[in-house]
Order: sequence, then C-alpha cells, then structure tokens
Amino acid sequence: MQETKTIKEPLFHIIKRDNLSKKKSLLIYAVSILVAFVIASIFCAVSSSDGGSPLDMFVALFDGVFGTERRIWLFLRDTAILLGVSLAIIPAFKMKFWNLGANGQVLVGCLASYACLFYTQNTNISSVIVILLMIVSSILAGMIWAVIPAIFKAFFKTNESLFTLMMNYIAEGLVLTLITIWAPSGSGTLTPISKNTLPKIVNDQLLSIIVVAIVTVFITIYLKKSKHGYELAVVGESENTAKYVGMNVKKVIIRTLLLSGAICGLMGLLLTGSINHSVNSTMHGGLGFTAIMTSWLAKFNPLVLIGTCALITFVSRGMGEVRKAFGFYNDALANVVLGLIYFFIIGCEFFINYKVIFRKKKNTTNEKQENKANTIKEDK
Amino acid sequence: MFTSLLIGSISLATVFLFGCVGEIITEKAGHLNLGIPGIMCAGTAGGCFAVDLYMKSNLANPSWIMLILFTIFMAFLFAAIIGGIYALLTVSLRCNQNITGLAITTFGVGFTQFFIDNYVDRTNFDAASKIISKSLSFSSNLGWFGKVFLSYGILVYLAIIIAILCSIFLNKTKAGLRLRAVGESPATADAVGINVTKYKYVAILIGSGIAGLGGFFYIMDYIGGSWENAATIEALGWLSIALVMFTLWRPTLSILGSIIFACFYILAFKITGVSFTQMAALKLLPYIVTIIVLIATSIRGNKNVQPPASLGLNYFREER
Repeated sequence: MQETKTIKEPLFHIIKRDNLSKKKSLLIYAVSILVAFVIASIFCAVSSSDGGSPLDMFVALFDGVFGTERRIWLFLRDTAILLGVSLAIIPAFKMKFWNLGANGQVLVGCLASYACLFYTQNTNISSVIVILLMIVSSILAGMIWAVIPAIFKAFFKTNESLFTLMMNYIAEGLVLTLITIWAPSGSGTLTPISKNTLPKIVNDQLLSIIVVAIVTVFITIYLKKSKHGYELAVVGESENTAKYVGMNVKKVIIRTLLLSGAICGLMGLLLTGSINHSVNSTMHGGLGFTAIMTSWLAKFNPLVLIGTCALITFVSRGMGEVRKAFGFYNDALANVVLGLIYFFIIGCEFFINYKVIFRKKKNTTNEKQENKANTIKEDK
Repeated sequence: MFTSLLIGSISLATVFLFGCVGEIITEKAGHLNLGIPGIMCAGTAGGCFAVDLYMKSNLANPSWIMLILFTIFMAFLFAAIIGGIYALLTVSLRCNQNITGLAITTFGVGFTQFFIDNYVDRTNFDAASKIISKSLSFSSNLGWFGKVFLSYGILVYLAIIIAILCSIFLNKTKAGLRLRAVGESPATADAVGINVTKYKYVAILIGSGIAGLGGFFYIMDYIGGSWENAATIEALGWLSIALVMFTLWRPTLSILGSIIFACFYILAFKITGVSFTQMAALKLLPYIVTIIVLIATSIRGNKNVQPPASLGLNYFREER
C-alpha cells in the first residue's frame, strides 16, 4: 500500500436500512426522548439564577401535570383536544396534503359556536336547538375553512401549505374584527356566555374526552377499514397510480379535507362551547402546528398518536410548574423544551432509516473489506 | 399621506426583504425552510443581545459603526446557528423538511421569547435604536426626494444591496449556477462533481443568517427598540416565505414585492377616519393578497416561474 496519492475512501458512508425490528426502533425513540429531557433539565438548571439541580425539573414537571386531581383532569382534557386536532390532520397528511391550517379551522369553529351563543343569549330559543345549531355551524365553519385550499389544490395545484397558513391569519383577523363588534364598548375582550353551553358531564373536562374518544375510534376505522381510507392512502403514495386505477383524485382531496375541517370545527366547538365559553384570536393555542408534529411522530397511527399527544401535552402543561420552580419570566420555556424534544425525535429517525458505515483501518486489503462487508450484512 | 405610506412601506419592506432573500437562497439549494420565522426570531435574539452587551460597555460614547457591525454579526451568527440545526437535520440526517422547519420555528420563537425576557437588559434599547436607525443628516434638506430615498437607517440599504448581490450571484456566477443545479437536480450536480452537501450547507447557513437580520431590523429600527413578543416576528416570517412565491424566486423582484406587501400590511395603520372594525378588517389584506397571488401563480402555471425542481426533497446519493 505504498501508492502515492491514492484517493481515500470517505470516512463513512450511509446506506439505507431495510427494516429495523420494532423493538430496536422503539429503543432508539426512547433513548432520544430521554436525552432530550436530560439536556432540557441541564439547560434549566444552568440557566436559572435561582439555582436548583437538573432533577428538580423532573419533580416540577410531574407535579405540574399530576400534582392535584384538577391538574390531572386538565392534562387529560388538553391531551384529548390535541388528539382531536391531530386526528383531523392525519387523513390529509396521509394524502400528502400539508394542512398547516388547523389553527384557523379550529378557530373558526370556536367563532361559529360563539356566534350562536351570542345571538341567542337574549332570546327564548330552547337550549337543545341552540346546541344543535352550534354543532352544525361550527362543523360547517371548519369544513369551509379547510375545503377552500383543498379545492384550489385539487384543480390548480395551488401550494396548500402556504394557503392554509394564510387562512390561519385570516381566521385570527376575522375573530379580532368580530370582537370589535361584539365586545362591550371597545374593551377588546368578550364576556363569556354560560347560557345554553354544552352540557356538563361530571365536570367541565369529561365531555371533551368522551367526544375525542369517539372521534378516535371513528378515524381509526375510517383509515384502516373503509374504502375512503384506502383511497386517500393511495393518493398519498402516488397520484398517478390513483388516477390509473380510476380514482377521482380531486374528489378524494376535497372529501378528505372536508372531514379534516369538520373535526377541527368540532374541536373548536368543544373549546368554546364546553371549555372557555368565549373566543379570542389565540384560542387555538398553536394546536394546529403541534398536531402536525404529533401525527408525524406517530407515523399516522391513531393508537400511537394517543401516546405522542400525551407526551407533548405532558411537557407543555408541566413546564408551567418548572418555570415557577426555576424562577423564569414566561411560558416560552415550554416551547424551548418542546423544540429540543422535536429535534431529537426527528433526528433519531435517521438512525432508524439509515445505517452509517465507517471506513475500515488503513492496512486492510480489499479482501478483508469484502469480508467485513459481508459480516455487516449478516449482522442485519 | 402617500409619502408617509411609501416611507413606512419601504421601511417595513426591509423585514420581508431580508427574510425573503434568505429563503430564496435556501430554496435554490432545494430546501424549503419553514423554520424561517423561528430563524428570524433567533436573529432578533442575537442582535438584541449584542445591543445590550455593546451599550453596557460603551454607554458614554457609543460608536455607530462598531454597534452596527457587532449587532449585525451577532444577529447573523444566532440565526445561522439555528439554521445550522435545520441543515444538520435535513441535509445530513435527511429528515422531512416541513416537519423540521416547523420544529425550528417552535424552538426559535420559544427560545427568543425566553432569552430576551430572561437575559437581555432592555434599558438601552431605545438609545441603541436611535443610533442604528440613524439616516444621513442632510436627507431632511432634500424635500420629498430625501424623505423617500435617503431617510432610512443603514440596514434598509444593506437589504437592497444583499438582494441585488444575491441576484448577481445566482445568475452571473459559476457558484450560483452550481447552487441552482443542486436545487434543480442534486443527482446530476453530484454526477458532475459538485459537492452537493457543501453547497446545501453553505446556502442554508447564509440564507438563515440573512433572514435573521430581518427580525433584528424589525425590533431595532422599524419599531424603535421596543420589544413586544416573538409572535409578531413569527407572523412576518410566514409572510416572507409566501413572498418568495409571490416574487417568483427572484431576489431583485423581491425588492419591489416586499414594498407592495409592506404597503398592504401598514395600510390599516395609515388610513385615518375608519372605525375599529374597518381597521381590523383592513389588517386581513396582506393575507388575502397572498392567497390571491398563490392562486394566480398556480393557475398561470408558467414553466419559467416554477420552484426549483427538487424543492422539499432530500438528496440521498444511493437512492434509486
């Protein structure tokens, strides 16, 4: 091996894995989430002026989520709402339709149900009719908000991610505009209306949880067992295949987004009709974006989705307590930690899909390299 | 009123222009960076941090050139670091670009809010903003010409210069041609010996850095050094991404496009004699215009104005 200036084999190269066992990939996910948490806890401890050890973060985190019975209920409810929005996103997502507009679709759902409450509050219409009206109008509003980008995507291939994104801001602007009309004497905030709101089951939280549980079952069956679910999966895999086998791609896109919007509208109904009894421009709480992350992490599997939603809600709720424990000013800490967790989970998928092979020692002959390559193959 | 609208538009347009040009460079490398809003926030964090550091040590006699250079450097650096995370995840680890971008935005917005609220002393922002946004002293003597063209801080001109340089780079230089090749067809570029990974990394880092200046400009020049929250910058960041499509991936066109966009954005604040409701409704204008533009460009479907062919797709050499 005394040749001058040989071209070196690169230090490492990357090959695609065929498939990793479920156990191993689960392990990779678990380790990366753990690493993210550890880094977050060290970050909290180091950057806090009050002192405190990294372990304090975990204590505060669990206290913030499970500390009291009420907190547990709120955790379950928030998980449910996030799960609901994620379920709305999954069908569109599976079809490779980037619906970044769930925020807006939820918000118009809130807006529509508040409008029903607002205009019936001084009348004698029975509450059953008002509730029915709320259900219909919020679902319709969500559907309209989702189907507009879908129509343009289906017919003109208009970029749906930016379109839906702009629809978010229009929904927010619409809420702000209507608040100037509805709010008493320019106060900028609406008074909660408790007349004719959705019925209470045990407490304010349980109704949302039940509704979302039903939606979960429905979407699971819809995606796995129905013809619609199959069609949208085919369109997502390859639009040309779908056309070739005679599916009406435009119809599938529009139909799927109608469903997506309907569920988002339903979540808006729960947020206004059952939880907040009011509406403001930030009521969606960025759920739409979070839902994209959770459904991506769950790989569109509704059952895994429950887990990822619980994890993300756990962090975002628990961080409130962590913030107080470490003496930071605002809630943005939750987003920092969530961002870290996202990075690690997104990044770890590389190690599930690909394999890195390093350059062998300098004095190996070609034969040896081949042997080694073979053993690597056998290892798999 | 028209002059004041124009002046306001050109000033705000700078925010869009930085973000838009940064995103154009990134997209030319084939990477749709939805993290730009977060990256613009990170640039704000870096720039504001630098303002705090510099003003504290040079409170008595702050120098214009040093403050400008130091803050721009830090804003660029912070934004490029966050852009580096995006590059690492999408170029090296080949993660989904949309998902990574959204995660970057979540992180960037959260980090900036957290960082500025907890670690940056904002007492000297006001003074620093006056220095940073200082315009030529004789501009006020030149009537409307001076007002419209010369009354801005240095960052406005920097943005325009960067946009023009970027256009020259992309269309007239060898490296620019190669970068476009990487964005159109990385496999072909790879086959002719272009280092695809290197081009993608450099494009994303520089693009992110430029975008970061936009957020910094917004806080320190446009609104005069008052820090509200990162969400405002996030909204401007999303509009910058939309602007890339609006201006057909051309940096020079984005100068004009950003001014038009900014005009729609501030119209609600400049028109007098409207009710609160009408004003709130007017604020919807930039978003509606964006949608109309999106639809119009997609219906026209001109082959010359399509995005880079491999935009959004990661390149893996061994893929068949």
